Amino acid sequence: MIHNNLPVGLPKPQPDVWKEAVKDCLPITTGIIPFGLTCGIMGRSAGFSTFEITFMSMIVFAGASQFMAIAMIGSGITSWWTVVFTTFMVNLRHLLMGAYLSPYLLKLSRPLQYLLAFGIVDESYALTVSRIERKGYDPYYQLGIFIVLYIVWNLSTFLGAYFYNVIPNPLEWGIDFALPATFLVLLIPRLGNRTSVIVCLVSALCAVLGALYLPGKWYIILAATAAAIAGGLMEGGTKHES
Amino acid sequence: MNLKLISIVLGMAVATYITRIGSQVLFASAGMPEWMERWLKHVPTAFLTALIVPALLLPDGHLDLSLGNSYLLAGVVAAFTAYKTRNVLTTILVGMAVIIILNRFLPF
Repeated sequence: MIHNNLPVGLPKPQPDVWKEAVKDCLPITTGIIPFGLTCGIMGRSAGFSTFEITFMSMIVFAGASQFMAIAMIGSGITSWWTVVFTTFMVNLRHLLMGAYLSPYLLKLSRPLQYLLAFGIVDESYALTVSRIERKGYDPYYQLGIFIVLYIVWNLSTFLGAYFYNVIPNPLEWGIDFALPATFLVLLIPRLGNRTSVIVCLVSALCAVLGALYLPGKWYIILAATAAAIAGGLMEGGTKHES
Repeated sequence: MNLKLISIVLGMAVATYITRIGSQVLFASAGMPEWMERWLKHVPTAFLTALIVPALLLPDGHLDLSLGNSYLLAGVVAAFTAYKTRNVLTTILVGMAVIIILNRFLPF
């Protein structure tokens, strides 16, 4: 039955929640715009038209896998299954983010659930989690983040593709540091106890080893899974001791 | 319009959406086991670390722990800035300033 999925008393959006979402997004967009421009430029040089590459950003909306697919197609790998399967593998990390967010998402109406799930990307996930821990979960905050990131990603892809002859490679400006810097601000306040520090160290080690020896984005899945299990085990251990 | 490209893009969209909705579909019917809740709590910390560390230590895809790695030095300065200010924009600007200064004015 569907009765437990009905939106029971979903609050109206607070007037400030949209403003808050936009404000939290703005710094991170400085990191996303150069990637979107690059996506458009790379797409054009790999043989996509401006429409086709913008269409990809609109319906896939997952930067890393788009770069991977563009690079494959540009180098002549145009087998449907190969590109689609690679995309699936690169994006498997969304399962972890979705799992973390599902207790909140499952309380919402179906259409809103499906829409917010579509908006799960590294950046929206990081911002939403940080909001959950500061003030609690608000679906409209997550929605606001998604809308801003979606507009910025698609607009910058389009502009990159449209002006692809004129724009020099934006990733050479060192502006790609904006994303790790934003994630640092979100990470550091979390490292307040011993378990979190160990989770962070395990993740760092696995991520570096994985980035060295595994293909694609597998290092993220490896590091996040290993470190989260380590954290869960440690917590289970301390619970039994006390 | 290139139908082959469009069909690949459509396939990518479906594959990606499955990764996004998969967990919800799974847990909507089965519920989430308790052990999983316990370790999911640590996913954000682990995940953020996994996004940051390779970007700083392997900016070109191979491990670079030398002083010539401007991302690593900028990362250390940015981590300190993040700790002191908790401000995203300040941290980004300080980090990028370090990168620009290192790339422009240092010989290596």
